[in-house]
Amino acid sequence: MSDLPAKILYCRCAFARAVPEATKNAVLGRLCESGISFESVADLCEMSARKDPRLAEVLAGDEPIRIAACFPRAVKWLFHHAGTPLPDDGRVEVLNMRDTSADAIADALLAGTTSHSPSNSPTP
Amino acid sequence: MKNEIHPVQVILYEGGGSTPWEVDCRLSVTASLLDQGYSVLRVTEAAGNGAAMRTTRGIPVIVLGRFTGPMPEVVDGAGELRIATRDTASLGAEEILSLVTTVREDLGADLNRPGQTGAWKPWFPVIDYDRCTNCMQCLSFCLFDVYGVDEDKRIQVQNNDNCKTNCPACSRVCPEVAIMFPKYASGPINGELVKQEDLARESMKIDISSLLGGDIYSSLKNRSEKAKSRFSKERSPDKALDERKRCLTQLQQSGMIPAEVLAELDLSSLPSPEAIQRKAKELAALREAQV
Ligand code: SF4
Ligand code: SF4
Repeated sequence: MSDLPAKILYCRCAFARAVPEATKNAVLGRLCESGISFESVADLCEMSARKDPRLAEVLAGDEPIRIAACFPRAVKWLFHHAGTPLPDDGRVEVLNMRDTSADAIADALLAGTTSHSPSNSPTP
Repeated sequence: MKNEIHPVQVILYEGGGSTPWEVDCRLSVTASLLDQGYSVLRVTEAAGNGAAMRTTRGIPVIVLGRFTGPMPEVVDGAGELRIATRDTASLGAEEILSLVTTVREDLGADLNRPGQTGAWKPWFPVIDYDRCTNCMQCLSFCLFDVYGVDEDKRIQVQNNDNCKTNCPACSRVCPEVAIMFPKYASGPINGELVKQEDLARESMKIDISSLLGGDIYSSLKNRSEKAKSRFSKERSPDKALDERKRCLTQLQQSGMIPAEVLAELDLSSLPSPEAIQRKAKELAALREAQV
């Protein structure tokens, strides 16, 4: 597994209530409290339907990728539908906000990152 | 596809030459933008990101930051991008949101806005190819040409926007439980792992080809010329209409298609008998090619 810092992709599921509101808000809250960069999308299903080129960019590179969305089986085939299949080399971890607690999701997203603390002050 | 709107990208820049936002403001702006249909990339200098200031060909970008020096340059390699950079130093969350709306409109960028009239809810079947056996039942079932085949005659979702919002009916006809609707409430249609009892379930027995007389696919599949000619002789507009009515009633009674979806399925919205017959022939040819 790569030592590179992980890329993070958060899905808001904005067109439906597939992901519990409280979970997705709490996960986003933890990401915003951290000092890290992250990519967030309104709705991964929409990006898949539109075959949005940004999905390929998320997958580009050698970094591990952590995706907070819904069921891994759905996410896997949504990427496939977009024409950008997820690599099956273990680089991608899909975290399911439909049935996992917000804290567990956020801990997994932020694992190994150096900046967990609130970044109200300038980042170093 | 009905439209090709890609979400506008907003970059919250908190890297060099800028000061970070307060957590509350960052969270409130990010959540609101996402709820309005934007994509949001937060860029900091901290490790643990992997993200960079980048843009994607053809997708409008709005860069926001509290800049302490010159605003960062966003590379527009293709020379096609619509990019706007704005300093948000003195603005609160609400003002930032209005600024984004104004800038987006200035860029001439549309947005598929969740919850707004006319917005397209991304509802469409997603095929799990680890399960799919290419039996084509979904293709023969769907009246709206959502399914098609690729150049290798492999089933694929070709016209996702044609799918009837909130209708998961084709997932019920799939014998392999290979069709997902990720926004559906329950499993395995929502993408949950398929269990043994899911495989044993009764699949939906309504063949929409009965809209045209029930045996069109089987008669074509049997390659019985006699059956084909009898079929075409027996067909009359009245009979076809009766059959469609009967099929719609059957669908209503099945309880497998939401009532509001059925309400939209009036007879006039269905493909013409000729279109269904053409599709049946194409399907028969495909099946023959598979043998
Ligand atoms: S991928 Fe899952 S969480 Fe994201 S929009 Fe689709 S259904 Fe919702
Ligand atoms: S019905 Fe299911 S198994 Fe058959 S082609 Fe469609 S997705 Fe594949």
